Amino acid sequence: MSPDTFMILALLILTLPLVGFVLMIFFGKKLPRQGDWLELSIISGVLVLALVLLFQKLLLYHDQTLALNFIWADLKNVPGIGPLKIVLGFQLDNLSTIMLSVVALISTVVHYFSVGYMHGDVRYSRYFAYLGLFTFSMLMIVLADNLFLLYVGWELVGICSYLLIGHWYEKKSASDAAIKAFVVNRVGDLGFFVGIAILFTTFHTFNLREIFDAVAAGTLPSGSEGWMTAAGVLLFCGAIGKSAQFPLHVWLPDAMEGPTPVSALIHAATMVAAGVYLVARIFPLMTADALLFVAYIGAITSLISATIAIAQNDIKKVLAYSTISQLGYMIMGLGVGAYTAGFFHLVTHAMFKAGLFLGSGSVIYAMHHALDHQHDHQTDPQDIRNMGGLKAKMPVTYWTFLIYTLAISGVPLTSGFLSKDAILAGTLAFGGQSGHLLIPIIGFTVAGLTAFYMFRLVILTFLGEHREPGRLTHLKESPKVMTLPLMTLAALSIWIFYSFNPFGMADSWFAHAIERPESVVPASIAPVAGHLFAEEMHAAHIPAMALSLLAAGFGILMAFATYYWKRISADRVAEKVKPLYTFLLNKWYFDELYGTVIVGGTHALTRALRWFDNTIIDGVVNGAGWLTKGVSTVSGKFDMGIIDGLVNATAYVSGFFGLVFRKFQTGKVQTYLVYVVLGVMIFYFVFRLI
Amino acid sequence: MQPTTDFFGEFLAWLPNVQLAHFLIVSAILFSLGIYGVLTRKNAILVLMGIELVLNAANINLIAFSRYGGVNLDGQAAAIFVIILAAAEAAVALAIILNIYHRFQTVNVDEVSTMKE
Repeated sequence: MSPDTFMILALLILTLPLVGFVLMIFFGKKLPRQGDWLELSIISGVLVLALVLLFQKLLLYHDQTLALNFIWADLKNVPGIGPLKIVLGFQLDNLSTIMLSVVALISTVVHYFSVGYMHGDVRYSRYFAYLGLFTFSMLMIVLADNLFLLYVGWELVGICSYLLIGHWYEKKSASDAAIKAFVVNRVGDLGFFVGIAILFTTFHTFNLREIFDAVAAGTLPSGSEGWMTAAGVLLFCGAIGKSAQFPLHVWLPDAMEGPTPVSALIHAATMVAAGVYLVARIFPLMTADALLFVAYIGAITSLISATIAIAQNDIKKVLAYSTISQLGYMIMGLGVGAYTAGFFHLVTHAMFKAGLFLGSGSVIYAMHHALDHQHDHQTDPQDIRNMGGLKAKMPVTYWTFLIYTLAISGVPLTSGFLSKDAILAGTLAFGGQSGHLLIPIIGFTVAGLTAFYMFRLVILTFLGEHREPGRLTHLKESPKVMTLPLMTLAALSIWIFYSFNPFGMADSWFAHAIERPESVVPASIAPVAGHLFAEEMHAAHIPAMALSLLAAGFGILMAFATYYWKRISADRVAEKVKPLYTFLLNKWYFDELYGTVIVGGTHALTRALRWFDNTIIDGVVNGAGWLTKGVSTVSGKFDMGIIDGLVNATAYVSGFFGLVFRKFQTGKVQTYLVYVVLGVMIFYFVFRLI
Repeated sequence: MQPTTDFFGEFLAWLPNVQLAHFLIVSAILFSLGIYGVLTRKNAILVLMGIELVLNAANINLIAFSRYGGVNLDGQAAAIFVIILAAAEAAVALAIILNIYHRFQTVNVDEVSTMKE
């Protein structure tokens, strides 16, 4: 294939979901089966094209970046800048091509799963339309070679998440969660926007390649290294919002209010991955300080959410916090400089986390129907305390779920082991080089915690006995359209697709395709050079593997000891560290903190403003009104009294004279004659007197 | 009683001594009666008669001044004109009154007031 064909294919991949969205939103309801076959065939086509593109790209143009640019706006001469053209475009490098396939794959799987899960939903066609738009937006982010289109896709993803989380908007909690996700994302987007603005005012271009070149040539924003770091950190703010990093992670657990396949899509491919992808895209711009910030944010996020996940009882909430934790891992990996590992974890995590969510969706679906059959509408179908022993009833779901859990826990022979291990090696190398030992310590702690809470989930859900035998007799395995996607994703959680060596990914095709780009910032503020870091990482590989295996093994062992063999009573432990347990159960009180500080602060501000409005502004307005009324009353009195009085007086006088003189005008000639005679007599006497 | 007797006596003495004042007094009386008739009568014919009295009072004046004023005969000529005018006026006025009577079945001037409205 020629490069042109490549770009045409890429554009086709980008626009097909948009076409699907437009068709579905306008005609979806009128089509047979509400048009799900249309959306499914479109997304399947996108998947096939994306896979073709991936193989062709890796085989034919392995080290090249293909781009397609067009002038979006020619602003001619802009004062203060000179001739300015806004050039937008798309690019295909290995990063975007792989991401393209991941998005297309997860999206396809979710589409197929949704056919079963959303069966009979009131807004079935609209749901699929939004899925299509969601996919389109994410593909736009992936393909954009400039910050402008990236931002457009970024915001589209935000609105799609809003629409889909709030799909069941009749539920108050769902609409609240949708608004929360949107608003919290806006906070991060503001930073992203300011970051773009800083870069644009300096470089007058949105194109990332041109910005990199300019920075490499020595141009810095405002000529200062501090601004360079600030630009990096601000761009990362967007990722903090989208990828649910501390302190903006609060929206993601609430986003569980959306349909479960949507959660899978958001968590695996289309939304939270965008933040990690953004960091990978702007990686060459990041200074050492900015990357340190990124690494610490990632580490803190992963630790906080892993601890919260332990205490949660809602199957989807546990998975939500595990997503945040794993995202923190990826961000941390990118932050310490393990670029390949961080992005690799994004890909592997996309597979098994989508699987975990779809698996939990399958469980919830089955629970829901089983409880429905018993006319039980009180029991929460998502609470793992109401489950147990589901293994026998739902074998496919159980086995696939187990594979995902092994992968996320980092057990060898899974994809998760490869990526996690590489990230941990990166943190070790970073800790050794920079002295920030807290980061590897957090890394390994979280590895152990992850294994613990994930196996807690598996044991409580699938293993053991249900606490009330015979309770869930009508529970049965989900339909084929739901289990097939599960099996696909389970297969993709095996190491073999990513690296032939199950214990390391350093020589895999992936590591060759995704190589860490060299930093373009001046050497004094740049992170440790790639090859030095790679050597250190290579040296840290074996200890990291040993430590991570130890941590994961310990976590799994503890989970079995506590929840399967019941050697350790979870309740008693919780009792012993009650304050800590309550603290974790309440998610570190983040919602309460934000509720008090931000929402409460906003309320206080609005109250103050309302007071100001009611008292001052209304006072002024009312005063003006009162004054006008007073003046008009006076002027009315003047009008009525004086002006009208004068007019009326004139009329009255005229009327009076009229009345008087009417008497004389009798119309009788004789009367007039009398006047004549009298007049003559008067004249006579008058003239006589004179 | 003396003055009255005196006045009456003077009057009786003055009366045969005809001169201008006699004519003027008669004319004034006639004029006043004419005016009185014109002003008080409701009947159009009587009003017309009043007017004739006024005209003739004027005629007496004219002729008296012509005779005693020692001027010339202009006064008498004017009187002739007035008589002719009076005849013409009477003819016209009587014709009008006849028409009024035809139209209103009355010659009462107070009731012929349709032009007032």
